[in-house]
Amino acid sequence: MRVFVCDIDDIEEGGVHILKFENIKIGVYRHRGAFYAYKNLCAHQGGPACEGRLMKKVVERLNADKTYIGEDFDAADPHIVCSWHGWEYRLLTGENAVNPNIRLKRYEVTQQDNKLYVEV
Amino acid sequence: MNINNPASFDEAMSHFDTRVMLENAEEQARARHYEDFLIVDVDSHHYEAEAMNEIIDRIEDPVLRENSRFAKGLNLSSGGQGPFGNQEMTGRITRYPGRKHEKVPPTPHRDITLTHRWMDALGIDIACLFPTPMLGLALHPQLHVEVQLAHAYNKWLCETILAEDSRIKSMLYLPLTDPEAALRCIEEFGERPGVIGFMVTSTRYRSICENVHMKVYAALEERGLPLSFHSGYSWQDPLLSASTKFITAHALGFPIYNMMLMGNWVMDGIPERFPKLKTIWIESGLAWVPFLMQRFDNEYMMRSSEVPALKRLPSDYMREMFYASQPMEMVNNAEALELTFKMINAESQLLYSSDYPHWDMDLPSTIFDLPFLDMQAKRAILGENARKLFNLDPQLSAAKLAKKVSYTQR
Repeated sequence: MRVFVCDIDDIEEGGVHILKFENIKIGVYRHRGAFYAYKNLCAHQGGPACEGRLMKKVVERLNADKTYIGEDFDAADPHIVCSWHGWEYRLLTGENAVNPNIRLKRYEVTQQDNKLYVEV
Repeated sequence: MNINNPASFDEAMSHFDTRVMLENAEEQARARHYEDFLIVDVDSHHYEAEAMNEIIDRIEDPVLRENSRFAKGLNLSSGGQGPFGNQEMTGRITRYPGRKHEKVPPTPHRDITLTHRWMDALGIDIACLFPTPMLGLALHPQLHVEVQLAHAYNKWLCETILAEDSRIKSMLYLPLTDPEAALRCIEEFGERPGVIGFMVTSTRYRSICENVHMKVYAALEERGLPLSFHSGYSWQDPLLSASTKFITAHALGFPIYNMMLMGNWVMDGIPERFPKLKTIWIESGLAWVPFLMQRFDNEYMMRSSEVPALKRLPSDYMREMFYASQPMEMVNNAEALELTFKMINAESQLLYSSDYPHWDMDLPSTIFDLPFLDMQAKRAILGENARKLFNLDPQLSAAKLAKKVSYTQR
């Protein structure tokens, strides 16, 4: 079933729109021109994952000799962070950042006439 | 507004509302029919620093009171606590930055309103409330400050929160570093409404099993008041300061302090001296208990002459104590968790605790959804064990009673 989300321009780059359809809440994200939609339900304790922050993956930086330099952000791999406990999921795939076998439920996003829809 | 845009994050937080943030918890409560039974949370928190002026007003020492007003309470924070670490995880846990903006009506007290909001969302009827920064108070270099602040906090909590709301209880801060002051504390506050026991902060470096402490335990046993040990962490602890990441200091700190206290408590034979004194071990998770039982029993069989007070295995005493469930280790080994439940006699000794609003809080579903528990065991752990232990009135919350009516009318 195709459900209207909002106008494309209603979601700014890096932003999220929370859609409530019947008893389901879905977070629709905009990242680098593409759109992603996930159920607003963390696999941990059922928190509202999509109502948390979207934060860049944190990576460790090492020298060639394995000595520590520091940490950095990987802007190409943003994480959806559940606001209840901090469980993180990759925006691009919905996979848990630690265990890819755990994932947020994903919905297909379609566009038509400058409007966004999800298949529920 | 976009919570992910740093420029509008503060604006987004200005609309923070606990009830919105916990809508999914309310849905869990509805789906699991929590309105059908009592849920007691034996370990939850508020941020007493938000009411510090009210607490400072109740400090008896006039000079310390004036100093504290001038320093806005800063001289009351534990000098040994050091950096608190990154509990809010750089804004990932939104209730940390959002809480201070939450709007509440003028009455009742802000802490009561905020506490009710999360209790009702989680499906909790009765909650035992503890402070947050004060959990490190036993590390303060000045004993006088610990005693004075403990008294002021207890007085404030009794007068402002506990006397005003029957759903909120507390095990009051026991300044055990000064046994005389601890005894006075029990005598002054032990029978106040809402006081269901006393709490020792576990982050401390002095023994709590010296002769000077016995009158304190005798007073508690005589009154039938349980004694709880609420653990914590200090990143400046000589051992934990070797932790290169906060996660290590936090994950190890909570069980380590309780393991140390448990060792002294059992090996010094305190359960033999005060067999009717109930003890509760809080916020160390559960995995440490089977570990310690095995370590202690193994060594006890070789060195029983060193601890002549014991009449049974150390684990036999430990199985008779109570344990708060949070933070329950439940990521990827259900078999280990089930064995842990068996080893601690969870069906009668385990007490559900949320630790809300802290970042590693547990919802009632962490217990309710366990596949190896039957419904009787779930209800025991979620409420009945605590009801019996604290002799609580099993009154369901008004929110739950309203839900029962609305569900019946559908």
